[in-house]
Amino acid sequence: MTTAPDLLYSDVEDDLRAAVRDVLADRCPPSAVLAAVETATPYDPELWRVLAVELGLAGLLVPEKLGGQGASAREAAVVLEVLGGGAVPVPFLGSAVLATTALLGCDTEDAGVAALLGRLAAGTATAALAVPLSAATGGAFPTAVRADAGGVLTGRVTSVADALAADTYVVPAVGPDGPGLYEVAAADVPAVRPVPLDLTRPLSDLDLSGVTGRPLPSADAAAALDRALLTGAGLLASEQLGVAQWCLDETVRYLGERHQFGRVVGSFQSLKHRLADLWLEVVSARSAARGAADSLASGASDVDVAVCVAQAYVAAVAVRAAEEALQLHGGIGMTWEHPLHLFLKRAKADEIAFGTPGLHRARLADLVGLPRPT
Amino acid sequence: MAAEKGLRERVRELLAEHGPGAMEPLDFLRARFDAGLAWVHFPEGLGGLGLPRTEQAVVDAELAAAGAPDNDPRRIGIGLGMAAPTILRYGTEEQKSRFLRPLWTGEEVWCQLFSEPGAGSDLAGLRTRAVRDGDDWVVDGQKVWTSSAHNARWAILIARTDPDVPKHRGITYFVCDMTDPGVEVRPLRQITGEAEFNEVFLSGVRIPDAHRLGDVGDGWRVAQTTLMNERVAIGSGQAVPREGGMIGTVAATWRERPELRTPELHDRLMRLWVEAEVARLTGERVRQQLAHGAPGPEGSGLKLAFARLNQQISGLEVELLGEDGLRYGDWTMVRPQIVDFYGRDAGYRYLRAKGNSIEGGTSEILRNIVAERVLGLPSEPRTDKDAAWKDLPR
Repeated sequence: MTTAPDLLYSDVEDDLRAAVRDVLADRCPPSAVLAAVETATPYDPELWRVLAVELGLAGLLVPEKLGGQGASAREAAVVLEVLGGGAVPVPFLGSAVLATTALLGCDTEDAGVAALLGRLAAGTATAALAVPLSAATGGAFPTAVRADAGGVLTGRVTSVADALAADTYVVPAVGPDGPGLYEVAAADVPAVRPVPLDLTRPLSDLDLSGVTGRPLPSADAAAALDRALLTGAGLLASEQLGVAQWCLDETVRYLGERHQFGRVVGSFQSLKHRLADLWLEVVSARSAARGAADSLASGASDVDVAVCVAQAYVAAVAVRAAEEALQLHGGIGMTWEHPLHLFLKRAKADEIAFGTPGLHRARLADLVGLPRPT
Repeated sequence: MAAEKGLRERVRELLAEHGPGAMEPLDFLRARFDAGLAWVHFPEGLGGLGLPRTEQAVVDAELAAAGAPDNDPRRIGIGLGMAAPTILRYGTEEQKSRFLRPLWTGEEVWCQLFSEPGAGSDLAGLRTRAVRDGDDWVVDGQKVWTSSAHNARWAILIARTDPDVPKHRGITYFVCDMTDPGVEVRPLRQITGEAEFNEVFLSGVRIPDAHRLGDVGDGWRVAQTTLMNERVAIGSGQAVPREGGMIGTVAATWRERPELRTPELHDRLMRLWVEAEVARLTGERVRQQLAHGAPGPEGSGLKLAFARLNQQISGLEVELLGEDGLRYGDWTMVRPQIVDFYGRDAGYRYLRAKGNSIEGGTSEILRNIVAERVLGLPSEPRTDKDAAWKDLPR
């Protein structure tokens, strides 16, 4: 039996949350996100610079000796919670979590690995891990891309999140010696930008054929990739929590103001009960998300269980919160003008990201010894 | 840390002077109370040391390790969780020194006379009357859903003392002697076959004014203390291990009986397993908040979550059992002292869990409380708040 995870927020984490919120309140209200999503630059590079460089968020997970903040998954989770609460279009998840965790699983004594991590931590480079956003931990190493002995790649990777904002890709590819990770300059890669369901997290289809990658030395590239996907899944729960909390807060606020039948709509018991149920799901989601973040941070022996529980639960809560918010907003929630749809689309896409709730339940069944019928 | 060290020392002194093996359990419990180690957050002289509530865990762990007898808290839960904090807050010095020690040691069992057949969710509408007669009050009425009434020495009671004012303002809070000849306790058989609860009929019961808790007409406020402490007691329990609740029972059946497994049941099992684990984590989070002295609103939601989960999990369990689910352990009418979900069969769990969303505040009332007190939504328009109780339609 492992000890109970620390499910609270530390003072440092509360300060971090306040700092990120301050920046976003100034620079990135949902109306600004909405105005940008259909432009050629859905990302806000200046906002990312402030978050990555001035607040040092790009290097949160990077140890201090490699130029980072030496923080843990707990702090990264708090950042994602705030970013989710604004559907903020910055590549924090793709670069500072996914690509960074994959690189930390490589040989960080290697000068090339250390240099890349240093640039990412400093915010002078931004990276993306070249896997589909739907890739899940616990699966086989991807075989979509192959590498020859010279590091020349063949293959395509589709639906890569945050690649649009990246100048460097970390590409999992099967080389002559088996699974490996390769550093690729984004400028060398022809990329197509499909129309994404979630406009605030653009996707890219990368054609890597003929592109030369620099091998990133690692003892176990498959383990490094899996750790990145596990971390992504566990921390995504905090982003989903942020989405759900925004939907709940916004709906409570709206129902407290809107009048129909000569009454505040929020005084009708049928609506209050729906919001009370939603509130309970959101506070439960917070416990699950904090559990996953703390387990990732502490290296708990049951981290796989904590992450699967968080994804199986919180992903669905975010979707339900957005769907309830839409219904309870009535007609205004159906309009493009209202930012609610950004959160619905983020929640629905996040449900697929790093594996669906059903996939995590299936994985959990194996992990906790509750086998499906044979 | 110094305080904790002091506590451990006190426990060791207690054990040295009153070796638990060498004396009657009751004498040991009395000595423990007198040493201030009963409930350390109570004041000195009343079984405590005026320390934070969280320090109690230190004492309990040390005494459990030494094999000391405890006061069987499940048997006296109403006294410990509801009566004691209310007496502490509103009682006179005489009341505190008379009632708290035997309450804690379990010598005197307490029950709660709040709900009535006509006053469930709308508790403040209660109609049991208390009329002043010299130094006494004379009480007539009927109470219901009273656990432990047949074992109880004392009851906490709320009764209407002024029907001419709005309902919340005409209630007074008393300590009622359950041995009074006007008290009649009848078992109330429930759908499980047994009778955990009772109906209590009060006919000309005399209560000395010295057994009133709080001011005349202030009983509703006093009762809020009782009910709030009930919720704190729920939230501050021990850490529960994974699969520690009802889900563990179903999971064990699943593992032991592969022939019962179907894909559809597996899907539902895993959904409930996840929800049970998340509810466990939320309980743990509430516990950690309390330990840091910063209770959050999550506690109010936990009962809602556990009620639904217990019902769904026990329903799944009966279904999973297939042919065995057609049978029931025993419908014999008994009067158990405690509720034991795990000592009985799945059918019992299924039926008993139905009460989880009714007892201690229905899930519907709890949703109102969350919506109004946590989310700040307005209450439904009401007509009963300012009218005199006697003029309300019924």
